[in-house]
Amino acid sequence: MSSIQDIQQEIIEEFEMFDDWMQRYEYMIELGKSLPLIDEKYKTEEYIIKGCQSKVWVHADLKDDKIEFTADSDAIITKGIIAILIRSFSGQPPQAILDADTSFIDKIGLKEHLSPTRANGLVSMIKQIKLYAVAYQAKAES
Amino acid sequence: MATASTTSTLDVLRIRKDFPILNRKVNGQPLVYFDNAATSQTPQQVIDVIVDYYSNYNANIHRGVHALSQEATDAYEQARIKLQKHFNIPNAYQTLFTSGTTHGINIVASGFAEILKAGDEIIVSALEHHSNIVPWQMLCEKTGATLKVIPMTTSGELDMEGFDAILSEKTKLVFVNHVSNALGTVNPIEEIITKTHQVGGAVLVDGAQASPHIKANVQALDVDFYVVSGHKMCGPTGIGMLYGKEKWLEKLPPYQGGGEMIDQVTFEKTTYAGLPHKFEAGTPNICGGIAFGAAIDYMNAIGFEHIAAYEHELLTYATQKLQEIEGLRIYGESKHKTAVISFNIGDIHPYDIGTILDKLGVAVRTGHHCAQPIMDFYKIPGTVRASFSFYNTKEEIDIFVNAVRKAKSMLG
Repeated sequence: MSSIQDIQQEIIEEFEMFDDWMQRYEYMIELGKSLPLIDEKYKTEEYIIKGCQSKVWVHADLKDDKIEFTADSDAIITKGIIAILIRSFSGQPPQAILDADTSFIDKIGLKEHLSPTRANGLVSMIKQIKLYAVAYQAKAES
Repeated sequence: MATASTTSTLDVLRIRKDFPILNRKVNGQPLVYFDNAATSQTPQQVIDVIVDYYSNYNANIHRGVHALSQEATDAYEQARIKLQKHFNIPNAYQTLFTSGTTHGINIVASGFAEILKAGDEIIVSALEHHSNIVPWQMLCEKTGATLKVIPMTTSGELDMEGFDAILSEKTKLVFVNHVSNALGTVNPIEEIITKTHQVGGAVLVDGAQASPHIKANVQALDVDFYVVSGHKMCGPTGIGMLYGKEKWLEKLPPYQGGGEMIDQVTFEKTTYAGLPHKFEAGTPNICGGIAFGAAIDYMNAIGFEHIAAYEHELLTYATQKLQEIEGLRIYGESKHKTAVISFNIGDIHPYDIGTILDKLGVAVRTGHHCAQPIMDFYKIPGTVRASFSFYNTKEEIDIFVNAVRKAKSMLG
């Protein structure tokens, strides 16, 4: 299993192949289609991430001390963003997720989505992923 | 061949020079600003008034003996008279400055808290902005009055038979927007006012969306209350107006306690100042009021008939161009609407379309436009809303329509 840093570097290199924002967005939309989809039973209010104009659901499960994330969104660009995050964090131990930095988002030309006023709630998604890591870490220690 | 702009009733290219912001670029593209229903842009003439105020006569008003205070007071009261004349209000003291439409609505709602009792009814329309619904729900909770809703039709108009069915002697207040912010529908407020008066009720009209396009004559309408916001009429944010009939303004209790609204204070009793100060506690938004007056002057110099005719031309052109896009559905198809187009394309989320349009330099609104009940009616998460102003052009509409096509091909 590659480290979070390796995966993020891989994503950065993939996005560097594109000359303009349009190609980057098209690629992101493609990535959205490969998102490990959340089980329909978790698509409830409880798993919704607040602060997004579109709906985003994220679910996390601990398997062999690693967190597996699944998600979905009703907006395709949001789905692409969450797919990038999940690719980077899914299958990693909780501590590694907590330690990871998220500046790679900036490096792939999606900086505008990091603004807290942005309606897609990328910041909320990252927060939610880290919260799951906190929870599973606490559980492991107890 | 003539360019699209020259077919208009306005010299738009000259008007555009008044708006410095229209020269800027967004994401490397020339800005196409189609979010006018959220806030209008500010002409240099209004910006100059704001700069002049802070550069030359910034002072607190109504109390000072010194020259600056006098000048500021004069300018502020002159602005009030500009608003009074614009809306054909009988007296300047019935022209109350507020911080905006929502503030005006809350003044009326809190005043009615003292008047309503259990069993009374308030009617609101299904086309309301959230800010129009929440204060009335709170008022009903407080007084035991009941909230009734005028239903809407699929074309985005008020169902007037539905209105007749809920209107009764119990109706104390009807609350309706002149123009719907989400769909642009112009509501039949004349009919609503006449019928409500027949049963002895009062009518509060939210003119926020109408005021940039329609010059409302409050006396001809015979409306009881009319509220507007300065920032939708080329003025600054944080300033608005509440008009009220004299009998109502006398009857309603003050909204807030504080400076300016007091006549005499002793420990036994406070007597309130007369209108308009009774509703204008504290130091007001002096510069905002003066700039609002300047904005009204600016719009009147162009002329509301010209503005309405030109914006209708833009609306017709944009509607026609958008309808050529396969799978695009326009919400709000009333024959009477302002220059607002709310739409979706197939199942594409409005947020996705808005994001791509932004990358292409086109500013629109996406989401539920603070009108969740309308979105629930159509069973959609929201719409993309493009709203036009007199400084927009057909060339910009072409750029916008191409951007929508591009978004569709990327997202579809």
